Amino acid sequence: MPELLAKSALGGRTLTVGKTTLAEASLGPLTSIALFPGQGAAVSAALGHPFPAPNTTSGPLIWTGRDQAFLMGQAPDLTGLAATTDQTGAWSALRLTGPDAEAALMRLVPLDLRLASFPPSTSARSGLNHMGLILVREAEGFLVLTFRSMAETAWHELETALQALAARAHL
Amino acid sequence: MRIDGKGLIDRTRPISFRFDGKSLMGCAGDTLASALMANGVKVVGRSFKYHRPRGILTAGSEEPNAMVEILEDGQQTPNTRATMQELFEGLSAQSQNRWPSLRWDLLSINDYAAPFLSAGFYYKTFMWPRAFWERVYEPMIRRAAGLGSLSGRHDEADYEKAYAFCDLLVIGAGPTGLMAALTAARAGADVILATEDSRLGGRLLSDETQIDNGAGIDWVEQVEAELRSLPNVRIMSRTTVTGAYDHGSFGALERVGLHVPHRPHLPRECFWRIRAAQAILATGALERPIAFPNNDRPGIMLAGAVQTYLNRYGTVPGQRVTLFANNDNARHVARQLMAAGVTVAAILDSRPDASVLEDCPVYLGATVTGTEGRHGLTSIEVAHAGGTLTLQTDCLAVSGGWNPTLHLTCHMNGRPTWREDIAAFVPTPGSVPNLTPAGAANGDFSTWACLIAGRDAAARVLGNLGKTADDTALPQAEDAPYRLTQLWAVDGKARAWLDFANDVTTKDVRLSAQEGFRSVEHMKRYTTQGMAPDQGKNSNIGALAVLADATGRAIPETGTTIYRPPYSPVSIASMGAGARGKGFAPQRFLTSHKASVDRNAPMIEAGMWYRPSYFPKPGETSWQQSCTREVNMVRSTVGVADVSTLGKIDLQGKDAARFLDFVYTNTFSTLPVGRVRYGLMLREDGHVLDDGTTARLAEHHFLMTTTTAAAGLVMRHLEFVHQAFCATWDVRFISVTESWAQFAVAGPKSRALLTSLLDHDPALPFMGMAPVTVQGVQSRLFRISFSGEEGYEIAVPTAYGEALFRDLVARAETLGGGPYGMEALNVLRIEKGFITHAEIHGRTTAFDIGMEKMVSAKKDCIGKAAATRPGMIGPDRQQLVGLKPLTDTQITAGAHLFAPSAKAVRVNDLGYVTSVCHSPTLNSYLGLGFLHNGRARIGEQVRLVDHLRKIDVLCEVRDPVFFDKTGEKLRA
Repeated sequence: MPELLAKSALGGRTLTVGKTTLAEASLGPLTSIALFPGQGAAVSAALGHPFPAPNTTSGPLIWTGRDQAFLMGQAPDLTGLAATTDQTGAWSALRLTGPDAEAALMRLVPLDLRLASFPPSTSARSGLNHMGLILVREAEGFLVLTFRSMAETAWHELETALQALAARAHL
Repeated sequence: MRIDGKGLIDRTRPISFRFDGKSLMGCAGDTLASALMANGVKVVGRSFKYHRPRGILTAGSEEPNAMVEILEDGQQTPNTRATMQELFEGLSAQSQNRWPSLRWDLLSINDYAAPFLSAGFYYKTFMWPRAFWERVYEPMIRRAAGLGSLSGRHDEADYEKAYAFCDLLVIGAGPTGLMAALTAARAGADVILATEDSRLGGRLLSDETQIDNGAGIDWVEQVEAELRSLPNVRIMSRTTVTGAYDHGSFGALERVGLHVPHRPHLPRECFWRIRAAQAILATGALERPIAFPNNDRPGIMLAGAVQTYLNRYGTVPGQRVTLFANNDNARHVARQLMAAGVTVAAILDSRPDASVLEDCPVYLGATVTGTEGRHGLTSIEVAHAGGTLTLQTDCLAVSGGWNPTLHLTCHMNGRPTWREDIAAFVPTPGSVPNLTPAGAANGDFSTWACLIAGRDAAARVLGNLGKTADDTALPQAEDAPYRLTQLWAVDGKARAWLDFANDVTTKDVRLSAQEGFRSVEHMKRYTTQGMAPDQGKNSNIGALAVLADATGRAIPETGTTIYRPPYSPVSIASMGAGARGKGFAPQRFLTSHKASVDRNAPMIEAGMWYRPSYFPKPGETSWQQSCTREVNMVRSTVGVADVSTLGKIDLQGKDAARFLDFVYTNTFSTLPVGRVRYGLMLREDGHVLDDGTTARLAEHHFLMTTTTAAAGLVMRHLEFVHQAFCATWDVRFISVTESWAQFAVAGPKSRALLTSLLDHDPALPFMGMAPVTVQGVQSRLFRISFSGEEGYEIAVPTAYGEALFRDLVARAETLGGGPYGMEALNVLRIEKGFITHAEIHGRTTAFDIGMEKMVSAKKDCIGKAAATRPGMIGPDRQQLVGLKPLTDTQITAGAHLFAPSAKAVRVNDLGYVTSVCHSPTLNSYLGLGFLHNGRARIGEQVRLVDHLRKIDVLCEVRDPVFFDKTGEKLRA
């Protein structure tokens, strides 16, 4: 029997402009966990990580909304504690690392992404120009999640920003 | 003319450029204006209304005369201030608002007609005949009066938008701004230092001030070096802060690539949105002219500008310079000119009691009463305490005092305060929260006062930021007093200009007052003073003073007009950076996109999604042909369509069923697990919001499907209902639209296709659903139909979408079927009478679409109360009907419906057509539409008229379901 072939939105594309690299990331399973009323502590215990506060991450958990977080990885059985929903294919994941990462994002995201204001383990739901965005500051750079169908546009926006920054650097 | 040994330009780097087609040379560090001056060019533009020859007036962004068009390949940028345009190799500029040439401009005839062209002339003259205004007069006036022109081509250059954040935004990099930035930076604050100029220093680049017994420029370079070495400082040169907005937001325009030849990817400009906890306004001051007869000739300039051209650019506008001033400042300029070897013909000081001690003739109580020289100043008439005289001079440097550049403090409705001692408006404290004006922008004009003000403002601001300033020592600098006696206008027979850019004279302002337009706001509109690209920076206070005089009021009593953002013009291209063409909105691609394109399907935009319109086969020459084949294919074998664009919302929780009962008109709590139900959703106002199906996956787990168009809208609606009305309910929901790729498999052979595909066929009844596995992948199968045929939708995790689509299409083809596109999908649903947002367009109720019985009587729901109000139901409503032309004629959506005997005019309008198609199944055009009391008219005839496309045809009113009314096929 033939097997269905799984494809990511961008086929593992990478781009380096100057010393900054934009690359499609493979995150593995991504699960939304939405707490049922009063189940925060129980869910934290089941996951082995405190449920993240707004605009933060906690281990493999990214805060994504009121009483909601995305888990990078396989979710345990949380029946009765939280609504779990598979989000694996719904998001296109990009990693942006290097000296121009912050400046490139600050062309598209209306948030204060300076290291002091947006340090590692910070996350935000915002916009990448006209697109919905989940943004995470990681130790090495940024994790950028947009709707999978918009992956090409997200790529184009970031590529354009990086190219403009590179052109500025040569002034 | 260049002056040896003067200026901050690099004479070792010559630069060639073109002006009006002529090749000229300048130096690195020149602006276009300074290079033109060095080449002896006097006339640089023609005035707006009278087409008078004009020369350079200023050395900054406030320039009203020297506006040019910059030419690049495919690009023509009008109204560029030559005073701001930095010179680069190959720069090409041309003068504007003249024909055929700058020197011989035919429309300068307007100048001789000036007695007739006073303020209000157009309003009074072009009154009759009324219809002529739009077609004749206005185009004529617009052609004659004007600024630069555009290329007529799209601006395809790169622009950029960006955000920045800081503790302190320092606006301006003169002595005040530098001192403030240095103080704050040393204390560890995150500082942005923005300056409109290409380099730091402000007036210190122009006036040869000594700081700490050294050149001012050395101090500037020393401070700049320190600021650049600090990680908490960002210097933004060539950046004009254009507006102050709420919560410490500022708009700013950066000229990124306008000073170099075109380079790939380099933005021309960047529009910044800067968020600052604190801001210091250190924008300095603008010198103001004096209105005297014929004061607009080339060669008449501001004294401070002459000083800038001399000291910064090493050039002077004439060989015999005269100064005319009401303050001490002109004396410095005269001394520096003489020191540089330039002849100063005289100093004309309007004050009777000023000093006469200079190395040149000084006339006290002096005014300029007339000037000569059409293409360049040749002589002036002077009246002074001792009589009158004529002076031969080719440059007249004028100073009427200085106006603090306080515009940003008025951007949030603040009004400035008049200070009589300096005869100028100064910022009113607290006009913009957390913005501190300092230095010349605040009315402190000596260098020493500016340095103190910069340091003190920074210290205060640091306190607000919870930081402390260390004891930064102040350098020593001049602290000369600013002495001025007010002089705004000199009377005379000839015109005396106030607003050079819009050709407004003192006479126009007086006429305005005389004709009853005495308020400053009325005067502005009557005369157009201050409405040119310089936004009145050179003329506002002068015009105000003349108006005050004409109306017998004091200046503060007269008040100012309102300064609004932007401080200087901002190109729309920069604000819309990246949004041209496809950048306007994100593009959403289906997983099947490539597979569809591989089959030559034209992709059409549906919202942001790109969907296949149809799949052409060899030999097919029109979309209609392909569409008809695809419809027949679905009705006879099997078709496959990507329906992933439909919104999908996953709902879980003990109250999920209760929540659905609340948002849908019909009941979902009774839906068995493994079944799907059609649902209708209303807005609070009783009109239909959306429709779709919802499946029950488990006791407390549902999957809602929305239309493509309303996917985001429904999600937002659910969030609102949950948060506003039932926040404590145990329900959680999230969009899974993009988690699943979903494909419709429809037609009599759909079951056969699925049997061959699925690891196990669950043999679903109509409106059943079940989890299935497809080649080992966990998937979901729904038996629902939007075509009227036996139909399924199969959903797989998105990553497998492309593979499954290709597989499904291949299997369909072995059964005589294939893929179908949006056109066929639309025909299939119209034949079956299924609605889309063409019908539920926001003004229709459940009653209108024949679904009032779906509003459950047993429970409440959003919109139920409003849906039963008078006027929302009943025979007066336009109701959904089917329409079939009596003859084989095309009908169109958008056409209107009339009684067969009635005249096709608005008052007889009975309804309209929302959807049409040519149905191969019924071999006729079919339509859906809304008809007054339509359900009672089924079987009658109506007249369908499309006034735009000239269609007039009789139709039979039908039930909207044309095909398989009993639903035998979909239940097969």
